[in-house]
Amino acid sequence: MLLSAEPAVTTTFSSDPMIPRPYEIQRAKWDSSDTFSLELTPVGGGDIPAFEPGQFNMVYVYGVGEIPISISGDPARRDMLIHTTRAVGTVTRAMSELKVGMMLGVRGPYGAPWPVDEARGKDIVIVAGGIGLAPLRPAMYRILAYREHYGRVVLLYGARTPADVLYRKQLEQWRAHFDLDVFVTVDRATNNWRGSIGLVTQLIVRAPFDPLNTMAMVCGPEVMMRFTTLEMEKRGVNSDNIYVSLERNMKCGIGLCGHCQFGREFVCKDGPVFRYSQVRHFLTKWEV
Amino acid sequence: MKTLEPILAKHPFFAGLQPHYLELVTGCASNMHFKAGETIFQEGDEAKQFFIIREGTLRLQVFAPGQGEISIQTLESGDVVGWSWLFPPHRWHFTGRATSALRVIALDGQCLYTKCEQDHGLGYEFLKRFSHIMMDRLQATRLQLLDLYKVN
Ligand SMILES: Cc1cc2nc3c(=O)[nH]c(=O)nc-3n(C[C@H](O)[C@H](O)[C@H](O)COP(=O)(O)OP(=O)(O)OC[C@H]3O[C@@H](n4cnc5c(N)ncnc54)[C@H](O)[C@@H]3O)c2cc1C
Ligand code: FES
Repeated sequence: MLLSAEPAVTTTFSSDPMIPRPYEIQRAKWDSSDTFSLELTPVGGGDIPAFEPGQFNMVYVYGVGEIPISISGDPARRDMLIHTTRAVGTVTRAMSELKVGMMLGVRGPYGAPWPVDEARGKDIVIVAGGIGLAPLRPAMYRILAYREHYGRVVLLYGARTPADVLYRKQLEQWRAHFDLDVFVTVDRATNNWRGSIGLVTQLIVRAPFDPLNTMAMVCGPEVMMRFTTLEMEKRGVNSDNIYVSLERNMKCGIGLCGHCQFGREFVCKDGPVFRYSQVRHFLTKWEV
Repeated sequence: MKTLEPILAKHPFFAGLQPHYLELVTGCASNMHFKAGETIFQEGDEAKQFFIIREGTLRLQVFAPGQGEISIQTLESGDVVGWSWLFPPHRWHFTGRATSALRVIALDGQCLYTKCEQDHGLGYEFLKRFSHIMMDRLQATRLQLLDLYKVN
């Protein structure tokens, strides 16, 4: 078995929340030119810990560093942990270079989930921008597993270019569902792209949902989330029924170090998923 | 005789417009169909009309030497396209091409312009509606320029 660096890896599972558990990479796949998914299983076997849609793990690339990454797999599956990551800097790039058979350390799952259970009986509008589809995919899996509990289910997804669209096959399968409305748009495209061109925020105005009985879940760059929530409110969705997932730098991931503090909240413990009405004040304030 | 008035009345662009104004506008309207791939207007050509999309989609495109046609936005049912008829030099800034079978109502700019000059109340209604569309497009363009999904 190959190791990524020279980790002091133990195969026994520690109960100390700060000690990562070693996982082995079973499959590595590029979803776009800078985004990849890793399928991981615990070293020594066994199930992955149960998780809720929207939760994240602290992922440790041995010898490089530890970062928060959302879980992007199906919460009903305990045999495989999936993380989809965009290579943007030191740790994520090192992670992108890992090969099948190598190891990563994982602590978690942590954080507050998407309100998929509270949303029962309502229309669901999921709005994702770029890599923001990864943390929302588990919510889609869960909602589809209990489809009859929800009203209309709408997925609005925006990417930079057609080449950046994540989970293409899955989006096509979802689009084929008669009880699911999936709209994908890109910011720029050549003539080969048959789909829509424009911002994801522009899809909201005509998306088929009842604003008075809707739960919206939004994930993407912060500016995109701000404008998405504005459009949602214009349609008449109450900000108490809009949820966003926030990103802040993290260290402990469990509410101890204060690294991720955001106003009074800790993103790692009180979030990353927040009710928009709870955080809007901070989101529109600079340098929080 | 059947007129386009009931169709215009249902379009979001005309929501709340008083019936006598709607009647005036209907006098400038005509029904048009385009096949997928057909050009509806061409960058640089004289802009005499604007279009209310009833069904189907169209793309706004610009031509860039070496890159060919670049698509910048998709418009669809419920959208309004074209305000170049309002301002000199009255030329289309973009090319509009149908990406599916397209049904539109074309509104004759000169005809509307004359009616708006005669009745400033109608002119005000139009300006309100067009400023709203322009603001939406300006905001969208700004966000597009921000290139939100790029790595910082
Ligand atoms: C709760 C939570 C969940 C997350 N889930 C995911 C996930 O599922 N997938 C994923 O890819 N990322 C996710 N992130 C973001 C991820 O943690 C960061 O991208 C990562 O920490 C960057 O570490 P790095 O060492 O590679 O980059 P650094 O070396 O720290 O940064 C290098 C450069 O990249 C820029 N940068 C850093 N982060 C981002 C970013 N997110 N987007 C654009 N530019 C950035 C920095 O400004 C800097 O210029 C999540 C973050 C949080 C808080
Ligand atoms: S990361 Fe330490 S408190 Fe949140």
